[in-house]
Amino acid sequence: MSTLQPAGSGAQFHSIDGVYNFAYLDEQTKRMIRRALLKAVAIPGYQVPFGGREMPVAYGWGTGGMQVTASILGVDDVLKVIDQGADDTTNAVSIRRFFNRTAGVPVTEATTEATVIQTRHRIPEKTLREDQVIVYQVPMPEPLRKLEPRETETRKMHAFAEYGLMQVKLYEDISRHGEITTTYDYPVEVNARYMMAPSPIPKFDNPKMHAMPALQLFGAGREKRIYAIPPYTKVRSLDFNDYPFEPQQFEDPCALCDAKGVFLDEVILDDKGDHMFVCSDSDHCRDRRAEGHMGPRAREAAEKGYGADE
Amino acid sequence: MYVATKGGEAAIENSHALIAEERRGDPAVPELEAAQIREQLGGAVDRVMTEGSLYDPDLAALAIKQAQGDLVEAIFLLRAFRTTLPRFGASAPIDTGAMTIRRRISAAFKDLPGGQVLGPTYDYTHRLLDFTLAARGETPPVAPEEDATDAAMPRVADILGHEGLIEPETPPPGPEQPYDLTREPMQFPAGRDQRLQNLFRGDEGFLLALGYSTQRGYGRNHPFAGEIRMGTVQVEFTPEELGFPIALGEIEVTECQMVNQFKGAKGIAPQFTRGYGLAFGQAERKTMGMALVDRALRADELAEDRLHPPQDEEFVLSHSDNVEASGFVSHLKLPHYVDFQSELVMLRGMRASAEAMQKEAAE
Repeated sequence: MSTLQPAGSGAQFHSIDGVYNFAYLDEQTKRMIRRALLKAVAIPGYQVPFGGREMPVAYGWGTGGMQVTASILGVDDVLKVIDQGADDTTNAVSIRRFFNRTAGVPVTEATTEATVIQTRHRIPEKTLREDQVIVYQVPMPEPLRKLEPRETETRKMHAFAEYGLMQVKLYEDISRHGEITTTYDYPVEVNARYMMAPSPIPKFDNPKMHAMPALQLFGAGREKRIYAIPPYTKVRSLDFNDYPFEPQQFEDPCALCDAKGVFLDEVILDDKGDHMFVCSDSDHCRDRRAEGHMGPRAREAAEKGYGADE
Repeated sequence: MYVATKGGEAAIENSHALIAEERRGDPAVPELEAAQIREQLGGAVDRVMTEGSLYDPDLAALAIKQAQGDLVEAIFLLRAFRTTLPRFGASAPIDTGAMTIRRRISAAFKDLPGGQVLGPTYDYTHRLLDFTLAARGETPPVAPEEDATDAAMPRVADILGHEGLIEPETPPPGPEQPYDLTREPMQFPAGRDQRLQNLFRGDEGFLLALGYSTQRGYGRNHPFAGEIRMGTVQVEFTPEELGFPIALGEIEVTECQMVNQFKGAKGIAPQFTRGYGLAFGQAERKTMGMALVDRALRADELAEDRLHPPQDEEFVLSHSDNVEASGFVSHLKLPHYVDFQSELVMLRGMRASAEAMQKEAAE
């Protein structure tokens, strides 16, 4: 379903009263960021330090992703922004409005229509294409940070590919709990070399990173790091031979669109513990319902004669 | 029935309208002008300029007004404006020795060339609420005319330096262009230029608390307030096409030179060492905290044991910036449904298997 909104007033390369440049950042800054991006693509999974700028939104709210998006955005691009898989979450709305205003590019909620997708915490359910770029907002780019707080140490560990500390952590998880207890921001190994934080996406999404046709870019604004996974790159979630990596599984289908094998949000319906599971990817869910799929709740509602979701 | 958390767009618009209304307050009370803030809330303006790292009293006043007096928010506003400005070069180092002095005190010497100049300070006021200020139309007593002290005011550190009692302050080797934290990411180990820039922009409360902790024994290095001076200095810049320096204008700064004991180490004679603090405007609390922390961070360089947080460069420099800190702390307000859901799934699974094991054991 097309949700394309045409270019905003900023399409003339001048925006916000002609004070700020196209897509907010000045061209010199964009060039600096593009250089960092090129390096990041050349060394998959390696964290490239860059002169991150202060942005007019707070650190931790997507400044890294926004700087990457601002640097790659062109007038012909169509932008989609999601947070928790949904286009209508407040921060996604805020960032989409920012670029609609400062770059004037058309924005969309449809994954298939977008050329650039900025995301926080999810990868869309639809397989991304070669002509798309996905930009991740990253809070903590260093996968080893929780194990070693010092940057001077972790940089050395990456240089020597000395990742034993993480293996020990995962092993201790298994010996203590019988399974690896990391459920999101689950560390991966990129191109058989660098250990990388996939950003806090659920480990459910990790397999989508492997050999993805789209270019994957990661921006961490507060920590001033950029990294990347080029298309069709090997991405392996860390595990052991006898304890293979296992993504989350949901027993029930989406209550609204009946989708299986997708990531579901739990929605509390009342104070008696009644709840239902619905697609976290709002665009995917809407498309399926438009195609006529109906989950148990939607069917129940249709039988009673009112809409399930509105 | 299911009501999703939708309507982000309308919610944001409404929220913005609400803050605009809150900011204005009771319309029966006259609206605050930015110029009033600039003139009458100088302490706030100076702090916002310093930590916002942009010397512009008018913009700082505007930011304070826009942020309803929330100074960390105002600092954020000023930073977000500053970041869009082109950078055309680095000025010549300001010469605080040539400062037009408004205040200058030393706790190390009773009298010294140029003398002690108390200037405007709250230090010796009694902190009693002054109810005459609550009444409108207060006319302040006429301040005594400030003598523009033409007397030379050599810096205390320079006086001690003649005897070799204090370490000389020489520019570190390396490129003449200083590190620019606003253009390059933090690096560790950090040079002193990078460190001082970070501390200059750092949160006053954070530096005050860390500096205080050094006085209470966490990284102790007995300090004396060698000198605190406040006044205006000229900023000079050499445009490439001219080849000679031109004055861009004057700025008001506060400088603090801490003088610290040092017993000497292998290859270093016993001498006084320094900690340095600088800020825009009148900011003594900030500069003193900064100087204490700067000195504590020199532990490695002076072969002191590095045992406490104020001596730990990565710890201090990575957490001093209140725009970064408040951003990352406040991001916890953003939705984390997906991560939370992932944890729920795991927790339920673990509880189920624990229950099953208990049941098995009971049977």
